[in-house]
Amino acid sequence: MTETSITTIGGGTAPRPDGAAPTAAGPHGPLLDRIVPTKGLIVVAVVLAADVTCIAGNWQWGLDFFHVVSGGMWTALDLFIGLIIGPMVLARLSMPARMEFAARFMPKMMLIMPTLVIMTLASGWQLARKIGALNVSYPQHWWLTASFIVVAVMMVIAIGILAPANLGILFELRKPKPSGELIGKLMRRFIYTAGITGLMQVATLVIMTRIATSKWG
Amino acid sequence: MIGTTGYTADTAAGNRGDRYHATGTESELLERRLPPIALAAVAALVLVAIGGVYMAAHMPRPVSLAPVVGTTVAGWVLFVSCEGMLASIKGFAWKTFFRIFLWAVLAYAVIGGMLEYIFILDHVRGTVLVILTATLVLFAVDIPLLMAFSVARYQPNE
Repeated sequence: MTETSITTIGGGTAPRPDGAAPTAAGPHGPLLDRIVPTKGLIVVAVVLAADVTCIAGNWQWGLDFFHVVSGGMWTALDLFIGLIIGPMVLARLSMPARMEFAARFMPKMMLIMPTLVIMTLASGWQLARKIGALNVSYPQHWWLTASFIVVAVMMVIAIGILAPANLGILFELRKPKPSGELIGKLMRRFIYTAGITGLMQVATLVIMTRIATSKWG
Repeated sequence: MIGTTGYTADTAAGNRGDRYHATGTESELLERRLPPIALAAVAALVLVAIGGVYMAAHMPRPVSLAPVVGTTVAGWVLFVSCEGMLASIKGFAWKTFFRIFLWAVLAYAVIGGMLEYIFILDHVRGTVLVILTATLVLFAVDIPLLMAFSVARYQPNE
């Protein structure tokens, strides 16, 4: 019988019998070694430094670039995870497969999502100030206010419910014998909240395209 | 952080202390009832968001600060009440809690710092800056508390 190896995040390997679904790591060790991939922190630092440089210099092209690129990625990821990965892929996987997926997927999300969110908000705010979008007369101003409200609701859902569930799953996966019941409970929370934020991103798309085609002043 | 009100199994059966004590088995960790810390922390986050939207919707025009002062103060009250409820738990995974809390504070200090920098760069000064700073500090400590509690509650007693 051949063996496959499942590389644990951040280090060692957990050998699995060929064909057997990866279960709670048990004698093979935990599925996950590190919560956050440390090499990714370098990328995050470089990207945030570039964003801050654009903000400090009030450089419009840079602000626009960071706002559009990071905002687009944030929206696309939320839609893809919330409407495709969550309900159509994760929800249909067996528990061992979900755990394996989560061990590889969620540490990356711990870095990617907060970075995209702060880049979008910081560069977006500065861009809005620079082009005078905050000073516009009504009704255009209400579109901007609506975007603040949508982002605020998404922030509360993402930070208040989704992120703690994500973190809880990761910590559980570090245990020698993760609890399938707890991971299932937290995974359901993750899937539902990702779906809600995914749907709310549709509202963001409507608002942002409306704002982008409005005339300021 | 350990209080004296006694959320512990050492108290008699039926005492609410039994609900807040965990011996660490999987089912006990899943079933145990804890004070509504996560709820209060999310409520504080909602208040931060309301205050932030209110300010953002009006800036840079002059605006009454009373609503945002109200949400910020209420948010801090909720945060302090979270601390109080946390302190009343015995048999909690404090090591895990503080490990997550401190790393998350570091991460959210960077995020909050970026936003603070933008406000200063945009010449926000005086009372408005003080209120925004208080809101950002609450943001940077409330979220780590929420994350740390949400994870530590399922960890065995340390």
